[in-house]
Amino acid sequence: MELLIFYPLAGFCVVLALGVVFNNSPVGSAISLIGMMLGLAGIFVLLQAHFIAILQVIIYAGAIMVLFMFVIMLLNLKKGDDTGWISRDKNLFLSILTGALAIGILYKIGDILFSTKMDSPATLPDTFGTVANIGETLFTEFVLPFEVASILLLAAMVGAVVLAKNKLD
Amino acid sequence: MWVDLIIALVKILFIFAITVGFFAPVLTWVERKQSALMQDRIGANRADIMGFTVLGLFHIIADALKMFTKEDFIPDGANKILHTMSPIIALVPALITFAVIPFGGQYTLFDKEVNLVISDLDVGLLFVFAIASLATYGYVIAGWSSNNNWSLLGSMRTASQMISYEVSMGLTIIGILMVYGSMKLTEIGAIQENFWMWGIFLQPFGFIMFLTASIAENKRIPFDAPEAESELVAGYFTEYSGLKFGMFFMAEFIEMVTIGAIMTILFLGAWHIPFLTSATLLSWFDFLGTTGANIVLMLIHVGVFFGKVVFFIWLQMIIRWTLPRFRYDQIMKLGWKIILPLSLANIMITGLVILALK
Repeated sequence: MELLIFYPLAGFCVVLALGVVFNNSPVGSAISLIGMMLGLAGIFVLLQAHFIAILQVIIYAGAIMVLFMFVIMLLNLKKGDDTGWISRDKNLFLSILTGALAIGILYKIGDILFSTKMDSPATLPDTFGTVANIGETLFTEFVLPFEVASILLLAAMVGAVVLAKNKLD
Repeated sequence: MWVDLIIALVKILFIFAITVGFFAPVLTWVERKQSALMQDRIGANRADIMGFTVLGLFHIIADALKMFTKEDFIPDGANKILHTMSPIIALVPALITFAVIPFGGQYTLFDKEVNLVISDLDVGLLFVFAIASLATYGYVIAGWSSNNNWSLLGSMRTASQMISYEVSMGLTIIGILMVYGSMKLTEIGAIQENFWMWGIFLQPFGFIMFLTASIAENKRIPFDAPEAESELVAGYFTEYSGLKFGMFFMAEFIEMVTIGAIMTILFLGAWHIPFLTSATLLSWFDFLGTTGANIVLMLIHVGVFFGKVVFFIWLQMIIRWTLPRFRYDQIMKLGWKIILPLSLANIMITGLVILALK
């Protein structure tokens, strides 16, 4: 039963993720990305993580992507001029770096995939994925990473304000 | 199992009937009548069948016929697929939010517990916000895909305005969540059986800020800079005609109902009558038997709930025809420099009071 929902959702996500990469117009890519995030939220629901699913929709699909769209429209980006893949020499170092990172991540994902047992569905407690439960875990067990992440976000916010203000003054 | 399915279907049909079938068309008429009343006009009384006008109610039928028969126009150079999709993207979220909005409490009908909400989610309130925030795309894509500068300006204003007020809106409800300690809309409604627990007493500032932010989210006057017919022709839906325009129109009215429903549940005691608990009402109608008394109670509660919703809709109409449009920079200033800090202060004060009372 779960697989009946999972495979269409996962297929939907993969197709739209490819759409992000292969779309010529920036708006088309952005819309594909929004669709993919909604599909991802569906997969979270399938994993009983309702709260995470809702956050995925509110934060990524509802807020961040609206800003993306806003910027795309502000710059009025139309279809890309050059189709096909381009490589420039000055990007070589960056290309190698991102390529290496991607291979590293893929290796890690493969490692996890092959080391986990796929046949035993874990039994979940009733409170799994509820807001109260996540809140409690976040503020007890994971309080240090949580605070570190919030400081990182604060620093990013202050940095953005400083950058914008320098340009304005 | 079959009974549950039928009950769920009845609830879904009821919600559809009352939003698309009742509120959306009737509100077009109410808005005309309200504006006529406030501007000292007679208004909306031309459409008649055999000489009967019935207060202009036939205008609803005339409007619907007009929208169905108008030419569906897609401008040159517009993105056809997106241009067609965006009214749907704008309308559907407005309808989906009703999936978690309870329009009554819990009743025992024929030895069966019936909960008057389609889906009682643990994250109900957040679900409403998540879905409502998706509606932004309908408006943003509409302006972009029309290949028209007025539309594009309109949709850029929509994007910035909706993002700004979503932030303040999300922060204003945190006060409510702290007070009630739940995100389940049914639980929040049930707590307010006690009159002094109504959100409007516990969170008066939250009430005002939430009302402001939600009107801004719905882009109605005084926050209608994205449409601004005197500056941008009609903003993001300049290039829409016929039923596609009708869908934007309908989305706005259904969002008014959503706002009314959410305000009622969070701040105005949901389906409860002040000082009259469900138990008291049940004992009054005891002579009808358990099921009979529960049916009467259910009807009273649903009536009271939609009465309160109508009150909020009326309030929004009064605001719309009283105030002039704010300037764009004033809207941004109100959102970021006034409501946002105030809502943060509201969270702080609420937290301190809760801590002090413990």
